[in-house]
Amino acid sequence: MTTSVHQLDDGAWVSVNDSREVNVSDLWRLARHDFCRCRLADFLVEGFVEVAPDGADVEARVAGRCIQCGASGVTDWLTLGRVDPETDEFRPVVPESVHVPGRRSRLATPP
Amino acid sequence: MPSKVERWKDEAYGMEVRDHLLRFAEEGWDAIPEDEHDAWFERFKWWGLYHQRKGQESYFMMRIGTPMGRMTPEQLRTVGEVANEYATGPVDNPEFGEAYADFTTRQSIQLHWIKVEDIADIWEELESVGLSTMQACGDSWRNIVGSPVAGRDADELIDVWPIVQELHETFKGNDLYANLPRKWKVAMTGDRRGSGQGDINDLAFEPATKEIDGEEVEGFNVNVGGGLSRKEPRFARDIDVFCRPENAADVAAGMSALFRDYGDREDRFNARIKFLMDEWGPEKMRSVLQEEYVDYELPTAGEGLRDEYDYNAGRSDSHGDYVGVHDQSDGQNFVGLYVTVGRMSAEDVIDLADMAQEYGSEMIGLTQRQNLIVGDIADEDLDDFLDEDLLDEHSPDPHPFMRGSIACTGTEYCSLSIVETKNRMVRYGRWLRDNVPLPEGVDDFHIHLSGCTASCAQPQIADISLRGMKTRKDGDAVEAFDIGLGGGLGENPTFADWVKMRVPADEVPGYIANLLEAFEEERDSPEQSFRDFVAERDEDELAGLADGEETSYEDPYLGNTKMTWYPYAEDTSMDASPAPTDGTGEPLPSDD
Repeated sequence: MTTSVHQLDDGAWVSVNDSREVNVSDLWRLARHDFCRCRLADFLVEGFVEVAPDGADVEARVAGRCIQCGASGVTDWLTLGRVDPETDEFRPVVPESVHVPGRRSRLATPP
Repeated sequence: MPSKVERWKDEAYGMEVRDHLLRFAEEGWDAIPEDEHDAWFERFKWWGLYHQRKGQESYFMMRIGTPMGRMTPEQLRTVGEVANEYATGPVDNPEFGEAYADFTTRQSIQLHWIKVEDIADIWEELESVGLSTMQACGDSWRNIVGSPVAGRDADELIDVWPIVQELHETFKGNDLYANLPRKWKVAMTGDRRGSGQGDINDLAFEPATKEIDGEEVEGFNVNVGGGLSRKEPRFARDIDVFCRPENAADVAAGMSALFRDYGDREDRFNARIKFLMDEWGPEKMRSVLQEEYVDYELPTAGEGLRDEYDYNAGRSDSHGDYVGVHDQSDGQNFVGLYVTVGRMSAEDVIDLADMAQEYGSEMIGLTQRQNLIVGDIADEDLDDFLDEDLLDEHSPDPHPFMRGSIACTGTEYCSLSIVETKNRMVRYGRWLRDNVPLPEGVDDFHIHLSGCTASCAQPQIADISLRGMKTRKDGDAVEAFDIGLGGGLGENPTFADWVKMRVPADEVPGYIANLLEAFEEERDSPEQSFRDFVAERDEDELAGLADGEETSYEDPYLGNTKMTWYPYAEDTSMDASPAPTDGTGEPLPSDD
């Protein structure tokens, strides 16, 4: 089944298959990133700028701020969670665990 | 490629959505296909319905647009009755009770906990007195803002009320302008106060005079591209156009059609006209308007009245709002009443409407500072009016800390907000009133608290700007604020300087106390306004003025209110949410 993902309400949240799944306002720990100079960024999610499925994964570029150093901007692609192919249920990652943003190997929007 | 929202709008949008909403009202929440929720909720906005945040599924915020905030007492009473009957949720708000109405910074009214099953009945009640939710949200002409006392104000150049009515009639429910790339906010000002706050709107008509063919003509200068959202604040820019009152609809039609045709429909974050203005500049904006959208020669700009503007201007020589007793041009009075962070209980809304009617008032005004005006009070009735019990709560002479407070909706209902706002601002205001002496000569002090960068509380144009953030305190994530200083409108509009970042919410009142102490010690004279004091200093000096500090102020919302289904519930966990519910408020069985 195709996963339908949207960022809605000015990037306030991410919808996966028409269900609200990921919100702004959580703190995410980012490692091996180039968002700021902190080894482990403590990143406040302020808005979802772009969102796309990548296979079963749901990924997004996220606007926000590192609350340790104050740097603000938009992250590289972050995995928000994965859609279980058996049940179609979205299983979010745990924001407080450590995440590694990376470049996508596929286009966000098919040509 | 057009955004997904554009594709949903192409399938259904505007007037036609009403029939779908009425069908869903008849059939109930479950009739909205689950795999079409996102598309329908986007379309519902055009009819003033905004799905509330996670944990509150099936409940909607309903916005009622009142042009220039102007209403009759009968309309206000109906709002109170609708709020009482339909805007009650599963849990009361500890400060405001069971049912209430919010008066917004764009002179509209917001009700919460609205169920789709009640929409038809609510519309019937509202529309029976001439109120509407049409285009209150969504990508179209929003509520037109301006002075509610136009035509009554003794201090104005042009009575803009007939023009605003014409614009409202022309652009509401008009298919040509129903589907724009993004929201379209228009302000029209005819007074000398600058009360339309046109600088922060997409399209602003500012009062002006111009000599044309040897005759002095009264009309408007036209500014375009203002807005505060997304850390990209812009003041509307002068496109060098003077507009006669009789041409206002033509110019407005031309500008909104230009936005419809040239605005960015591929990237909603780049869609507002302020970004097109960034790209084009005012000269090109004017020439495209002239060449493609207007069929008469646009005169160049006239002489404006900006040097007289005092609304939200941070001046020490005049109040920057409508609170208090003011002269009307007909010899009567209008009385501006303070409304705590713009929220009034449904009971008070009804009582106030009845009281206004008893005194012969034909006009209620909602202001951009979230307050309320009762017009047409005769001199001989004024003392009795001011003695009314209701004015103990909604005072025409509130303490400056209360008077100057504005707050947006916040995490109570809003998906975008990072922090709790309204109840917190109430507590800030009370603590400041009871604990912080005002510097001599300061009787107007504006604190605008916004939950996020959407800037619905207009944080960048206040003496003290508070914008929702997070920080860590003793290792724990807590709600916090970035703090800006010295913003305001008036002759020389200025955005606040963000000088203190990520101050824990419980240390903000202490920061303000320390800041005002430093202001009193260091200012040039008691006549110097806070805004001027800030303007004289660079960012480092401002940052060094004060620090956050814990005080006797207690903040019950310091944790992550966004993680709750409702911040004031006994059991706040998402699992405890009764939503979604049916038309009677009973929880619907989950699919699990």
